[in-house]
Amino acid sequence: MSSQNFVLYEEGFHRLEAALKRLRQDANAKAVFLIDKNGQQIAAAGEVEQFDTTSLASLTAGNVAATDGLAKLIGEREFSVLFHEGQQDHIHISIVAKRAILVVIFDDRSSLGLTRLRVRQANGDLEKIFEAMAQQNKVGPIGGKEASPFSEITDEDIDALFSE
Amino acid sequence: MAFINYASKEINCKIVYYGPGLGGKTTNLQFIYNKTSPEARGKMISLATEADRTLFFDFLPLDLGTIRGFTTRFHLYTVPGQVFYDASRKLILKGVDGVVFVADSQELRMEANIESIRNLGENLEENGFDLKTIPYALQFNKRDLPDVLPVDEMYRILNFKREPTFEGIATSGKGVFDTLKSVAKQILIELRKR
Repeated sequence: MSSQNFVLYEEGFHRLEAALKRLRQDANAKAVFLIDKNGQQIAAAGEVEQFDTTSLASLTAGNVAATDGLAKLIGEREFSVLFHEGQQDHIHISIVAKRAILVVIFDDRSSLGLTRLRVRQANGDLEKIFEAMAQQNKVGPIGGKEASPFSEITDEDIDALFSE
Repeated sequence: MAFINYASKEINCKIVYYGPGLGGKTTNLQFIYNKTSPEARGKMISLATEADRTLFFDFLPLDLGTIRGFTTRFHLYTVPGQVFYDASRKLILKGVDGVVFVADSQELRMEANIESIRNLGENLEENGFDLKTIPYALQFNKRDLPDVLPVDEMYRILNFKREPTFEGIATSGKGVFDTLKSVAKQILIELRKR
């Protein structure tokens, strides 16, 4: 594997989650998701149980990747915001800190203008959290360096996963 | 690039099924979906054309159980095999942890296999990976068809780093889980090294 794994420690997770909760409330949205550009969900807030979050993460990442490809074709670096308008629910998608995707799902209790405004405000917070997380990943979690849970995996552990 | 989440105690890895068009990549995923208990799998998504050819990707999330207290989750993707979908193939390889190459055993498809492996190498490189070192398994699919090349000949042509190689008949499931297990194990062994 070429690049470093993406490690999310509890402290970073809780800070991201708190920022998403704030955004959901401020934007009066149904749900807010933060997704890794590779299609993994990082954190979420709001009425998440009504969505298939795994599929949502993968499709959003695919959508953003395809749109990035389109942007490059016409000489743009990226399209930083995507908006999908439905009859009842709408999806606002934006890029945060170059590596994550922020998804806001809202209905008529909110509006595109409000969502855009609140997303812009939340972006700054999220970027700061990502920066702090990047620093932390260099030194390990606060309170001491935690050994990777996988450094001591045995062949038996791996075989057990496949024993069914 | 695996995603390790200490807060939810999860580890997520991405496996991409690569290979020439109509080679059986989607059929591999469909078999895995059909044979896995509903608790261990999510919804399978296929972004396909009306003629059932993969347009962008298929996606299947699989839960393999826990390892050292961490839920181990594999996200399986296929790429569209047809030559002109190269831009999409590149995108899907982003953040990949391991690759399964599904080769079509029919003699007439050997050139397409060779071209697809070459294309895989190039597209991995563009995403910052190296085919020589990435966890990788090779499947010779469609062994039940007439006009297939002998296994040792295919091995000589397509196997380039003694990667684990399996005979497959994806429609009946032969070799499907063996191939998946092989690449998943290699990914976990890689994680141990980090």
